[in-house]
Amino acid sequence: MAIISRGFAGRRSAAEAKLPPGQYLTTDFPVLSAGPTPHISLDRWEFTVNDGSNVVKRWDWKSFRELPSETITTDLHCVTRWSKLGTPWEGVSLDVLLADVKTDLPYAMFRSYGDYTTNLPLKDVMNKQAWIAFKYDGADLEPEHGGPARLLVPHLYLWKSAKWVKGMTLMPHDKPGFWESLGYHIYGDPWQEQRYSNE
Amino acid sequence: MSATMNYLDGNAAAGELSRIFATDLTSAEGQCANCAAKMRFAESHLYSHCPGLVARCALCGHVLLRFANVRGRLFLDLRGMTYLRIDAAKQEEASN
Repeated sequence: MAIISRGFAGRRSAAEAKLPPGQYLTTDFPVLSAGPTPHISLDRWEFTVNDGSNVVKRWDWKSFRELPSETITTDLHCVTRWSKLGTPWEGVSLDVLLADVKTDLPYAMFRSYGDYTTNLPLKDVMNKQAWIAFKYDGADLEPEHGGPARLLVPHLYLWKSAKWVKGMTLMPHDKPGFWESLGYHIYGDPWQEQRYSNE
Repeated sequence: MSATMNYLDGNAAAGELSRIFATDLTSAEGQCANCAAKMRFAESHLYSHCPGLVARCALCGHVLLRFANVRGRLFLDLRGMTYLRIDAAKQEEASN
């Protein structure tokens, strides 16, 4: 049984929507989590970029919120088969966060408060494909949905959009994160229905 | 950092784990690999609102067990416990 937040509504009907294979449309916003919801005080929040040896970039909440942000309206597809359309977010693009980071490392492991991890190719978080989102539907992102800030990578299954994100570690080789090491697909493209490993 | 809890107790994992173990794992004693707490698996905090099952230590929140049923392929990760003590003789006695 999923937990539902009230007040979140989709923008298109199922008849209008083209969903990835095996997905159904929901207008609620189910909450899935592999642990307790952390409540992170903003004065202790930080986001870091690590090159595997050293922290090469670090933002506290104040400096993070001074970065240029943008609004994004996008569809979400969860591996548990629900899809939600037209979700409105505000966040800082990874292009902004990584603008000064020079690296040849092609992969990243994103880390969250609560010790969740998920792996992504760096090319999948660049070029307006990923954001650190801090608002949903005009309001501060609620903790149960990943607030104060979560990764948003909407072209992949939603487990890749790590809630309560606190940093990323660049890697020379791809390495599975929390769910990827337990039978879930290393990449997770919903349009290719890449739910599970070896599929 | 505080946290909102939303979990079941470890007993709720009995059904899925019975697909793997011949004995009842929920009555077994496990030791958390992080804080060294010893407790019955049934006392762990079980998170099931996710793509698998995740049992966490009731004291420190460390992941004790992860389980996923992936199209009939069962994935089990027990690295979060240093040991599991299953009192097989007691279980056999109870079943006789």
